[in-house]
Amino acid sequence: MLTRCGIGRLLLYDYDKVELANMKRLFFRPEQVGMTKTDAAVHNLSDINPDVVLETYTLNITTVHGFETFISSLKNKSFHPTEEGSGVDLVLSCVDNYEARMAVNQACNELNQTWMESGVSEDAVSGHRQLLIPGETACFACATPLVVASGVDERTLKREGICAASLPTTMGCNSLKDYFPTMEMRPNPQCSHAVCLERQKEYLLAKLARDAAAKTKMEAESFLATGIPLHADNEWNISVVDDSELEKTDARGSGDL
Amino acid sequence: MEGWDPNTKSTLTQIPLLATKAGPRDGATWTQRLKEEYKALIAYTQMNKSNDNDWFRISAANPEGTRWTGKCWYVHNLLKYEFDLQFDIPVTYPSTAPEIELPQLDGKTQKMYRGGKICLTVHFKPLWAKNCPRFGIAHALCLGLAPWLAAEIPILVDSGMIKHKDDATSSTDS
Repeated sequence: MLTRCGIGRLLLYDYDKVELANMKRLFFRPEQVGMTKTDAAVHNLSDINPDVVLETYTLNITTVHGFETFISSLKNKSFHPTEEGSGVDLVLSCVDNYEARMAVNQACNELNQTWMESGVSEDAVSGHRQLLIPGETACFACATPLVVASGVDERTLKREGICAASLPTTMGCNSLKDYFPTMEMRPNPQCSHAVCLERQKEYLLAKLARDAAAKTKMEAESFLATGIPLHADNEWNISVVDDSELEKTDARGSGDL
Repeated sequence: MEGWDPNTKSTLTQIPLLATKAGPRDGATWTQRLKEEYKALIAYTQMNKSNDNDWFRISAANPEGTRWTGKCWYVHNLLKYEFDLQFDIPVTYPSTAPEIELPQLDGKTQKMYRGGKICLTVHFKPLWAKNCPRFGIAHALCLGLAPWLAAEIPILVDSGMIKHKDDATSSTDS
């Protein structure tokens, strides 16, 4: 979809190869069985839109080596040198295991990178989608998804320092029940990831600064509003009086007119 | 620890727990963690030897301690089957457990992911998460690989998927 929309650049990471079993879900073709998924994806995507820059990394991002390559590829700003932050606008996690999600979470926390995570249940009738902004929303380690996904009794999954009451019991869509709840997940102040805690602090400081700046601006604007009169003249001598004064003038009688 | 067999539970409680929460990118604290890993592994191996159940050998394949290789054994019907084992330490270790691989069995069983990564029970990950960072490689072997071998090897042997090296003309196992 992003390719069809003409996104400037896509970085693809996958260490797996195309298999026949993938055909019912993934957009590969049977003759591509045996190719790496990254090569097959480039082939298909560049057919759809040859103007998109496609970079591929056939590696496992959960290994130390793979992770270092992953991080440096995200930091690389040669495509858009003036861009603030990391070299990419958004990271989309479409992986199928917990370990890879944790690795993406780690990288994005370190790079202060917004990302989206998604997943589908084993029975394929429900799924979830989550937007993660380091420091502002819960990171992937803030609320362990093992509680959410497996339905195991929360007590067995309780980690030190996590308040089970703050964990959502379901999230995302269940198509059989036509159920699509959304909820805000705030960061866990006792998250096990030190980097997440750092980002939370940074976000709060930045928010304080933003709120203070917004307040000052509002006050300045309202001051300006009262200082300058709306009308240059006052032909009928209209003035604002207190309610108590109004009663006294009425009492003097209507003969003054 | 419901869902685990009593043997596994009692063995597990005797393996020393680790204290340092450090992953492979944490420099000096990772070195400290590695020392604790070795201590736990040595203790676990001693225990196994004294129980006449010495079933694995592993060592770090690189100086950073991020890749481990070795062998494991399983006795079925009085025959000893040997398998190579390997795994990488993931970047998010110890929050995520290492994914132990038996490359020789890749494709022979459904209880395995690509590349020979063993498929663990639903009980493993929650237990690992709950005990992070106290569990280490020794615990992963005790809770992960040992039950997997006990569950899968008899089936693989009895169904003829693997043959003992004395029977096999080609090397289907070690």
